[in-house]
Amino acid sequence: MAEVTYEHVTKRFAEDAPLAVDDFDLKVADQEFLVLVGPSGCGKSTTLRLLAGLEEITEGNIYIEDRLVNDVQAKDRDIAMVFQSYALYPHMSVFDNMAFGLTLRKIPKDEIRQRVNEAAEILGIAELLKRKPRALSGGQRQRVALGRAIVRKPSVFLFDEPLSNLDAKLRVQTRAEIIKLHQSLGTTFVYVTHDQTEAMTMATRIVVMDRGRIQQVGSPQELYERPQNMFVAGFIGSPAMNFFDVVVEGDGDDLQLRAVEGFAVPVPPEKRAELATYKRRKVVMGIRPENIHDNDFQPPNIRASLVDAQVDVTEMMGNEVNVYLLVGGHAFLARVDSRTTARPGQNIRAAFDIDRLHLFDPDTEQMIGLPAEVRASAPPAESS
Amino acid sequence: MSTQRLSALPPGRFRDTLRRLFGRAPLHLVIIAMCIVWSVPTVALLVSSFRDPRAIASSGWWNALFHPAQWTLTNYDSVLSARGMSDAFVNSLIITIPSTLFVIIVAAFAAYAFAWMKFPFRNPLFLIFVALLVVPLQMTLIPILRLYSEITIEGSVPVIGGNFFGVGSYSGLWIAHTAYGLPFAIFLLRNFFGALPRELFESAHLDGASDLTIFFRIVLPLSGPAIAALAIFQFLWVWQDLLVALVLLGDPKLAPMTLQITNLVNSFGSNYQVLTAAAFLSMIVPLLIFFALQRYFVQGILAGSVKG
Amino acid sequence: MIGRAWWIPWLWLAPTLALLGVFLVYPSVDTVRRSFLDERSREFVGFDNYQTIIDNPNSLAADTHAALLNNMLWLTVFTAVCVGLGLIMAVMTARVRYEAAAKAAIFVPMAISFVAVAVIWRFMYEVDPDVGTVNAIFSELGKDPVAWLNNTQSPQRPFVDLPPADSPAPFQVNNFALIAVGVWNWTGFTLVILSAGLKSIPDDVMEAARVDGAGEWQIFRRIILPIMSPTIVVVTTTLVIQTLKTFDLVFVMTNGRFKTDVVATLFYKEAFVFRDFGVGAALAVVLLLFVVPIMVLTIRRFQFQEEIR
Repeated sequence: MAEVTYEHVTKRFAEDAPLAVDDFDLKVADQEFLVLVGPSGCGKSTTLRLLAGLEEITEGNIYIEDRLVNDVQAKDRDIAMVFQSYALYPHMSVFDNMAFGLTLRKIPKDEIRQRVNEAAEILGIAELLKRKPRALSGGQRQRVALGRAIVRKPSVFLFDEPLSNLDAKLRVQTRAEIIKLHQSLGTTFVYVTHDQTEAMTMATRIVVMDRGRIQQVGSPQELYERPQNMFVAGFIGSPAMNFFDVVVEGDGDDLQLRAVEGFAVPVPPEKRAELATYKRRKVVMGIRPENIHDNDFQPPNIRASLVDAQVDVTEMMGNEVNVYLLVGGHAFLARVDSRTTARPGQNIRAAFDIDRLHLFDPDTEQMIGLPAEVRASAPPAESS
Repeated sequence: MSTQRLSALPPGRFRDTLRRLFGRAPLHLVIIAMCIVWSVPTVALLVSSFRDPRAIASSGWWNALFHPAQWTLTNYDSVLSARGMSDAFVNSLIITIPSTLFVIIVAAFAAYAFAWMKFPFRNPLFLIFVALLVVPLQMTLIPILRLYSEITIEGSVPVIGGNFFGVGSYSGLWIAHTAYGLPFAIFLLRNFFGALPRELFESAHLDGASDLTIFFRIVLPLSGPAIAALAIFQFLWVWQDLLVALVLLGDPKLAPMTLQITNLVNSFGSNYQVLTAAAFLSMIVPLLIFFALQRYFVQGILAGSVKG
Repeated sequence: MIGRAWWIPWLWLAPTLALLGVFLVYPSVDTVRRSFLDERSREFVGFDNYQTIIDNPNSLAADTHAALLNNMLWLTVFTAVCVGLGLIMAVMTARVRYEAAAKAAIFVPMAISFVAVAVIWRFMYEVDPDVGTVNAIFSELGKDPVAWLNNTQSPQRPFVDLPPADSPAPFQVNNFALIAVGVWNWTGFTLVILSAGLKSIPDDVMEAARVDGAGEWQIFRRIILPIMSPTIVVVTTTLVIQTLKTFDLVFVMTNGRFKTDVVATLFYKEAFVFRDFGVGAALAVVLLLFVVPIMVLTIRRFQFQEEIR
């Protein structure tokens, strides 16, 4: 049980290399399930490894509870980590794998046995304790790796892409188990993944990273509803958000967004004030595929703006249909009701839900209308 | 088969059929021929070593195959009893086994540091070590002989004999062989250690393991193949060494088999019956070691230098 | 790693640094120094010792030219034949069921010490066709027996009846006879390692090539060779280093007589028989100079490995 504080942490691997982690500043609350997410090479794993004590910090401080751990060895930080490759000791039995860390800490044999059995019970691997890792399936290995972390009873759990070696079905199942584990252990979890779905489903709070910098911190809901920049907007949500280059035209009630491709979308009243300084200027309009509907099967109570588009490809997903649309040569995606009659080559009338538009400044790529205090600390969007 | 029908078949199919029928005959022929050629000298040695001395001198070894009456064990008998060869055999073991173990231990420590520790000049230093692989042993012998003669500690070591250190001592020879074996050993082991997954080390660090714990409880148990390969190489080289023993061991009582056999060759000229038996005895141990560790040997090489 | 004192790695390296420093680095430096001193290492003589090697004033006692050329011959012929045979056999044995047995048969000589090898091959090369195996085969074929080890004629002579040529040392029959022994001894090494490398080529790569319509020869040349080239470099380097150190085999089989000396045996003679440390050291330095290009190659290869690691 502990809170973790990153204080303006920077990591540079070589003199002339770019910063792997750039001014990472964040407080992780006790019992939080924090997920670091971003594309590969964004510095999320390095951030985790700095906390684990596997890399040295170039600048800044890391605290676990109130203890400065910059120069504390990994073994003395009271943390446990689950690796992507599981990193099981191949020559040791499952029991020995789980007991190794406890043995080195000179914990009495009886207690070791009790703790290992307990963890094995929780994870349902009690009957595998005598086996060697090579005799286990991928899912079983993953559980042993989890068990090895659990028996240590650490104050912080670290996970480095622990699910990426599992098949899709097992991944969903294990995801739920890790969430349950977090609830029952009541310990701080820091979890790294490149998979935004994993981040959205598991986290109590998400940190989106890109090129070593924090892009946005927030609950899954916040990140989805109010992405603060184009990177977060494009990264969170699946399928990804569509972007259009548009020009702000008109005035007052007639304020509208004229796309380069020709169509125009009216600006909802709440957003007009934000666009006051953007008149006759270019902005980027983002809209998620799930906010574009087939006009014939529009959900009730939405304010829609209609755009004529040509159907390029359709993908039947069962509950809905992904429709790849073309307007003026610009491709975008809509997730529409499965009753749609759209067929490739045909034209359909797409209904844009204008209450769900996201507007960005094309130069800074920041969301338009971001509160001033947040914008001041941007691009590393926030420090709680 | 007419040309008409031949051309009716697609050319590829026809070639495949032909290859299946006749194509493999040359393959077997070449392999078997090569195996026979390669085995003839060894078989010759083996057969001769069981032949009567007069028969060896007067007729080729192949005659023995048709005259079983010529077969005898007297060669082995005379070598093992009369020529001091059994002492030499023991001496060879006394020289080889510690030399092999020392190299493995010392090189494994260095290889671990090179593979998993960060320190200044790590790569240049490693490259210098690799470069030392090509220093000819002959070049080092004069300076080492001088050095040894200055620091020789005379006396007689209990049980195995020889001086305590320096010229005419086993300990001097062990250390020399260890040093000569190091460049290759470090090269092989460092490559193998370096190929172990990084996460294992990190996981062990987090589990609270020190470098020594990781070395003895993770790295060494996982490096069986590389260590077995190294053991075979080092054993072969030390067992086969003539030069270092010749220069650094003054005392004939300490001489290993290679030295003893060479003396036999030089003093008896064509006295084959002794030579054959002695030579065959000298290769038994390396062969046993090779066949015992062969499986590991191939794997070790593969893991060390033939990645991908 | 965080918290590891700076001197800890040096502690792990200490025994190695001490041993290599004393046994390899110091002698190398010392040998270079002595190569510029007289035979008792007392007075500075400049490049006189190297001059002796170049002028070769006493070619009957110690033929330095022949030794250097012989080393070149070993370096090229021995290495090429060993690697070539090893590669061919690796590819061929991979296609038969008795692969393990075939490889073992080729490997056995590797486990035999050079001294024992010399004994075996003295048998093989014995002049009397009733005793020597090779000459027995020759006489079956209706040819005159050849004194393989002290035959200083050019190699064509036993096979084709050409007038005796006044050929330089490295092209003598006996040198080829010695190299043949070396090849017999070392092919097992190349075979085993190359065959391991061959095994590491994934099947689907070769299958893909077959599907693409490549013949066996094309697969060998365009798939197997390029993928195995790092392994081939490893093997070749090892062999080249081995040839430069060639000593035992020549020493016990001919002791360098009949112009079969290589640099290592000559060095041994100069230093320990003629007691001329100066010339001996100069020879060793020449040997080391041979080695420099290979050293560079080895280092390059290692750096390459670092990159792909």
